[in-house]
Amino acid sequence: MMVLVASSAMFAGTVSGKVTYTGTPAHMKPIDMSKEPSCAKQHPTPITSETVVTGANDALDNVVVYISSGAPDDGQIPTQAITYVQKGCQYIPHVLAMHVDQEFAIANDDQTSHNIHPHPTVNIEWNLSQQAGSPPIKKKYDKPEFIPVQCNIHPWMHGWFAVLKTSHYDVSKDGGDFKLPNLPPGKYTITAWHESYGTQTADVTISGNETKEVNFSFKAKPY
Amino acid sequence: MRFTGAIFATVMLGIVFSATFATRVLAQLPDVPEVGALKPVVVKPMESHIGNITGHSQNAKSDYRRYCAGCHGDYGDANGENAVWLDPKPRDFTIATFKCRSTLTGTLPTDQDLFNTIGRGLTNSNMPIWNTFSKQERADLVAYIKIFSPRWEKEKAGVPITVPAEPPVTLESISHGQALFAKLECWKCHGLHGEGDGPSASTLTDSKDNPIRPFNFAAAGNDSRFKCGSTNQDIYKIFMTGVDGTPMPSFADVIQPNDAWDLVHFLRTLQVHRKSRENDILMAAHGVIPPYVEKKTGSLAPAASANEKVPGGGQ
Repeated sequence: MMVLVASSAMFAGTVSGKVTYTGTPAHMKPIDMSKEPSCAKQHPTPITSETVVTGANDALDNVVVYISSGAPDDGQIPTQAITYVQKGCQYIPHVLAMHVDQEFAIANDDQTSHNIHPHPTVNIEWNLSQQAGSPPIKKKYDKPEFIPVQCNIHPWMHGWFAVLKTSHYDVSKDGGDFKLPNLPPGKYTITAWHESYGTQTADVTISGNETKEVNFSFKAKPY
Repeated sequence: MRFTGAIFATVMLGIVFSATFATRVLAQLPDVPEVGALKPVVVKPMESHIGNITGHSQNAKSDYRRYCAGCHGDYGDANGENAVWLDPKPRDFTIATFKCRSTLTGTLPTDQDLFNTIGRGLTNSNMPIWNTFSKQERADLVAYIKIFSPRWEKEKAGVPITVPAEPPVTLESISHGQALFAKLECWKCHGLHGEGDGPSASTLTDSKDNPIRPFNFAAAGNDSRFKCGSTNQDIYKIFMTGVDGTPMPSFADVIQPNDAWDLVHFLRTLQVHRKSRENDILMAAHGVIPPYVEKKTGSLAPAASANEKVPGGGQ
């Protein structure tokens, strides 16, 4: 879910790092999809809820890492298409990061119908039904916000839209790794957001063609 | 004598205990702003247009404070003093999300939609029928609730959806409606017989995380009155535009207009305690809805044949 806006490739400063946790994260319960057999059969081993997704070496996935100040928003909306897929009664990706006013598509790859019901508080709320085999729904949000997404028909389906006022963002994955490339020299505040563990910030200065390492560590809550 | 003394002591202890308890509980209550101690808010006057009536927010202040604020709150934020006792909760005008609209999901309702809601009240809630207000007063109140959200200044109301002319009710349209009820998975929340007891029903919450029940079509008496109007046109609008702020989504992109009418006709038969053309026709057919046969292929609609659980109006 990396977004590259190659505005000043000459000063390609990069911030990269890893998100980890300390302590004991809550046990993620397996999801019982027996009420939706067409989805249940796609998961021979039941999947678990994704409120906390961890990897080896205490890695924490699904953390949105973005520049929250320092990089003036150039107003350039990323052009590549981003899609939020409902597959096996699960949202893929669990957290979809996007720029304010960037169009995104919601696709239904399942044999069942879903309703896509995001719960924004500063953006406008809508709630749409999407049948199996129907074309993707295209939407965008005009204010920055972390928006929980829910399917009311399949109550175990939970996800997030991270609507950001920057094009410099990444979502930690595959072992908590993230990377924010193409940063011109300057002082930046980097914010890391996790749906259960809250936010953390770190300051970093980029002074040229260099890669700075910034790591985040969240304190896990057992419940 | 010793006995009486013991009883007396117990009673006294009880009184002291309840007094302490009451003080504690009262101490936990949030400060209630006194009338007159309200935050000074600069309010831009708003208008509403209902036919040839123009409503003015300035004229509705005393009506709102007297009749509406008890539940909807002085600031329109659904935190009136009665709100904690109510289920479902009063509407929060600060977010400007409304259930009964003729407009698409995510858009503001028309003035007429809000006017109708005030006059109609909301079934199965504490919102009464405010037809004691004159039309002018209701129009003024519609204008007044707009002062609580900046959305009313920035956005225009949505465009009402087009409701095509209703085709005649036939057994065939009821049958097709039943197949759609299965295919669109309405039954997952509303239940196979529309009793609001589908497999997902118990998990539902509104957008403020309060538990909420799906509509029970089969309820007796006035409880089976639809929230957003009782004509067939109103039912058509409810599922096409969705009930914003609740789990009920919009089906506007999903259902073709003719199919939608068939669904309306079937939904009427789920209201088993209501007299309707649809129920009369179904009664004439001995209460049996024939299985839907797809016209083109001549085969059963997939949802109806694949699923043993065919929903039906139990006559």
